[in-house]
Amino acid sequence: MADLKLTQLHKHYGAVHAVRGVDLEIPAGEFTVLVGSSGCGKSTLLRTIAGLEQADQGSIEIAGQVVNDMPPRDRDIAMVFQNYALYPYMKVYDNIAFGLRVRKMPEADIAQKVKSAADMLAIGHLLDRYPRQMSGGQLQRVAIGRAIVRNARLYLFDEPLSNLDAQLRDEMRSEIKRLHQELGKTFIYVTHDQIEAMTLADRIVLLREGQIEQAGAPLDMFERPATQYVAGFLGSPPMNFVPARLVAQGGGYAVRLEDGAELALPPARVAKLAARADQPVTLGLRPEHMSRAEAALRPGLARYSSRVDLVQPTGSRTYATFKLGGVEAIAELDAHDVQRANERIELALDMNRAVLIEPSTHRVL
Amino acid sequence: MSKGTLFWRYVAAIAITVFFLFPIYWLFIISFKTPDEIFSFPPKWYPGQIHFGNYAVLFKDGDAVTVWNSLVVAGVSTVLAMILGTLCAYSIARFRTGGENLANWIISQRMVPPIAIVFPVFLMYVKLGLVDTYIGIILLYTAFNLPYVIWMMRGYIQDVPKALEESALVDGCTRWQVIWKVVFPMCRAGLLATAIFTFIFAWNEFLFALVLTRTEVTTYTVQVTHYFGGQSNFWAKISAMSVLGTLPVFIAVAFMQKYLVRGISLGAVKG
Repeated sequence: MADLKLTQLHKHYGAVHAVRGVDLEIPAGEFTVLVGSSGCGKSTLLRTIAGLEQADQGSIEIAGQVVNDMPPRDRDIAMVFQNYALYPYMKVYDNIAFGLRVRKMPEADIAQKVKSAADMLAIGHLLDRYPRQMSGGQLQRVAIGRAIVRNARLYLFDEPLSNLDAQLRDEMRSEIKRLHQELGKTFIYVTHDQIEAMTLADRIVLLREGQIEQAGAPLDMFERPATQYVAGFLGSPPMNFVPARLVAQGGGYAVRLEDGAELALPPARVAKLAARADQPVTLGLRPEHMSRAEAALRPGLARYSSRVDLVQPTGSRTYATFKLGGVEAIAELDAHDVQRANERIELALDMNRAVLIEPSTHRVL
Repeated sequence: MSKGTLFWRYVAAIAITVFFLFPIYWLFIISFKTPDEIFSFPPKWYPGQIHFGNYAVLFKDGDAVTVWNSLVVAGVSTVLAMILGTLCAYSIARFRTGGENLANWIISQRMVPPIAIVFPVFLMYVKLGLVDTYIGIILLYTAFNLPYVIWMMRGYIQDVPKALEESALVDGCTRWQVIWKVVFPMCRAGLLATAIFTFIFAWNEFLFALVLTRTEVTTYTVQVTHYFGGQSNFWAKISAMSVLGTLPVFIAVAFMQKYLVRGISLGAVKG
């Protein structure tokens, strides 16, 4: 049975239609990440699941029971907030024990649960401190500790890492993933950060303007995006989009860019495209699917020559900005592939991995 | 800071303190003087011996009971105003009860000059049989203090991060438990500061007490005026009664100074 089932869920804030008919099923034990840019409704959706907001329409089922009218405390959920939401007048121990005390668990059991949670999160030595005496990373550990002692059915995380600095964020990210593996519980995690979504999720649910744009396993979504929005959202630097036209070339097809360059498509992709010959398409190419061209190209690669406008070395890789069919594009190359701006380079574009998008509907073909 | 500057600062601080404390010192000292000493010229800056006669008279004649009346009236009305006002403030702060304007309308009630309503209230109280009763004066003080409590507590409650309450709701609290376990502890300094000010307003109130009480629940502020006569003023009684009336507030503020200062300055450091 699904741990959570949303059916045609709607939520309005005054004139704003924040959640527009979301259908979603989350099986027990899955780590689901709700991701999207700010204002896409992901936090609203999470808060509605938690019962902190009332759904205007549709149903929320937790473990088969409709909980629309149930207060948050009866929904068998635990939640971690962005700003930690620790009680400043309580020590760490009491913060973690709070939910158990409210539920009248015997003190001996509480002590044992708090201890095991604290050990799991390596905060055992902090139990006697007040929140104001701790760093951001420690505070978030305590907040997570307070959630996991509860032994709830659903664990909700509302952008828990966005207040932490980059290094700490990476560290906590792996810890949350490890925690999920150890607990085997259902996690629903909200973030605007696509890296967090990719690294943590069993399944990503990408929201846009209150609706699910696409849901699926991270690599599936990365490699087979359903729409231009998904293709552009996942991946950093983002996918390059170039206006082009589909043309017949030899026995197969190619995309012709606005500068006249023709990039041959691999035969495997041709069958689906026959009907669209001579129609406009948007070519989507990820920066990492371009490389410096060798003398002889493997099948499926297309050669493209351009002048580099900007070079950004990151150490392991170098980002080169150049014009691809008249549009600015970024290629992710080996560190020493390009030295300085204004250099002319020959690129090999991996057309096996390229996506073709219908320009009017923005759907991937 | 050099030692010289520090010295002059102390001198200035002591001079200012003496200047402001002198009237209070004088009030206390008169209450321990005999009538002769009170009127002696040049004035006696300190009594030859401490003389408790003025107080004894107040207790013997039963006048001191007015301090008790004040305590009951101010205490009960403060408790009532704090409970009702805080709940009302919570509702306004969290559920936007009454929209944008209710809070402003409520505080505007505080601006009504008491003298404008004291006689209508008196006539109403005559009809209701509430004149010169504890209930009557307590209800009035409660009503009069409510806007202040609501206004102050609304500010303190708005400063409590919403996520703290939401976290408690998810963790198993009812809304009442959230108020008790999260909002009250978070607003402790504000609650105490507001309660002290509310108490002091009620304690010092004179006009309503003068009009609405006769003999049964005379408060000490009204009692003091009984010692101002057409022919002469009973300075000994006035001072002794005033000391009795000042002490409870002195004690309350002394014990709660920490919260008072924090409560007042809480709003000042908002980001």
